[in-house]
Amino acid sequence: MNLIASLGQWGMGFVSRSGAAVLFLFAAFRGAFHSLPRGCLIIQQLYAIGVLTMLIILVSGLFVGMVLGLQGYYQLVNFSAESSLGLVVALFLVRELGPVLAALLFAGRAGSALTAEIGLMKATDQLAAMEMMAVDPMIRVIGPRFIAGLIAMPLLAAMLSAVGVLGGYFVGHGQFGVDAGVYWSSMQNGVDLVDDVLNGVIKSMVFGLIVIWVALFEGYSAEPTSEGVSRATTRTVVTSSLAILGGDYVLTALMFGGF
Amino acid sequence: MQRKSIEIWVGLFILIGIGSLVMLAMQVSSAGTGASHTYRVEARFDNIGGLNVKAPVMIGGVRVGRVGNIWIDKESYAAVVGLDIDRQYDTLPMDTGASILTAGLLGAQFVGLSPGADDFYLQEGDMLEFTQSAIQLESLISQFMFAQGSGKKDDNSAAEGQ
Repeated sequence: MNLIASLGQWGMGFVSRSGAAVLFLFAAFRGAFHSLPRGCLIIQQLYAIGVLTMLIILVSGLFVGMVLGLQGYYQLVNFSAESSLGLVVALFLVRELGPVLAALLFAGRAGSALTAEIGLMKATDQLAAMEMMAVDPMIRVIGPRFIAGLIAMPLLAAMLSAVGVLGGYFVGHGQFGVDAGVYWSSMQNGVDLVDDVLNGVIKSMVFGLIVIWVALFEGYSAEPTSEGVSRATTRTVVTSSLAILGGDYVLTALMFGGF
Repeated sequence: MQRKSIEIWVGLFILIGIGSLVMLAMQVSSAGTGASHTYRVEARFDNIGGLNVKAPVMIGGVRVGRVGNIWIDKESYAAVVGLDIDRQYDTLPMDTGASILTAGLLGAQFVGLSPGADDFYLQEGDMLEFTQSAIQLESLISQFMFAQGSGKKDDNSAAEGQ
């Protein structure tokens, strides 16, 4: 009996939390719309969310591209097909690794920081103080962060893909001597602007929405204690990573499944 | 001063981001060759083998277009291939032939065009008259094996005869 009751409790908690998350999403969209005229706030958040994440994205993109170049070359040379190294590296990066890896790093680097920041604002009653002064925290705090996350994520994913392609080029051309023209032309023949690049950008936009939504919601609904904030930060990283990987499967099936 | 440097960094961030997007669009996927600068001709084949949409169309090894789409003619059940040829190559003679070739032994298949000598040029929607189907490796191997087998028999009978 106890078991059934706890299951029911869990189920009701889950449903009410999902409902609160969706309501929060609508409120965040409204707040984002109202904070649009306050460009200064958005630029500040773009700095905190985008610029500070850029370094980790660029460095990991370079290394991912170099590893793809190494592994791709080792396998392709068995079939003496190393001329399509550029195509392999570019398709991997543009379709999958660019959006997914950038989103995972974004969740770890920016999402957790956002949750901790907003959770701490709540714990120290800053949000309540704003409401006392008739400042809507959805507009002043949540909105600019929401917009900045939506803008930063596609740009970061594009950076990771572009740097990764360059890393693959350094390894393929510099280390193994794959012809530079063949590397780029196999890429250009095989990668389609709409099917591959645009779908990758759409993917990264969806992932950006997921990460920023989860991070802001967890921070906003965190228990206002130090323990509650730490738990909310952990949940942000776990939930958004799972949502990214699961969502990536669904998006890939929809985009490249031939529907 | 603090705010100024933040603005500079954000501007740089957006520039680099948009720069990477442009690089992905231009350098990686070659958006320069748009589809609007092509004209469509059709070719009928008995068998297209493993030809795919977007496979290159070549003349003497130079890419002049892409395979636009592939379908079956409802009456003759022949495979029809739509070839999108770049506008800059608009002086192909009417009696140009098309054959399905393979790059390397097991490589990707492409359509090779061999220009004829007609005075009229191919226009949008024309049908290529002279086509040659894909060579299938399986039938080639079986032909070779049977030829080899019968050839051995002849040798044997000749040897027995002596």
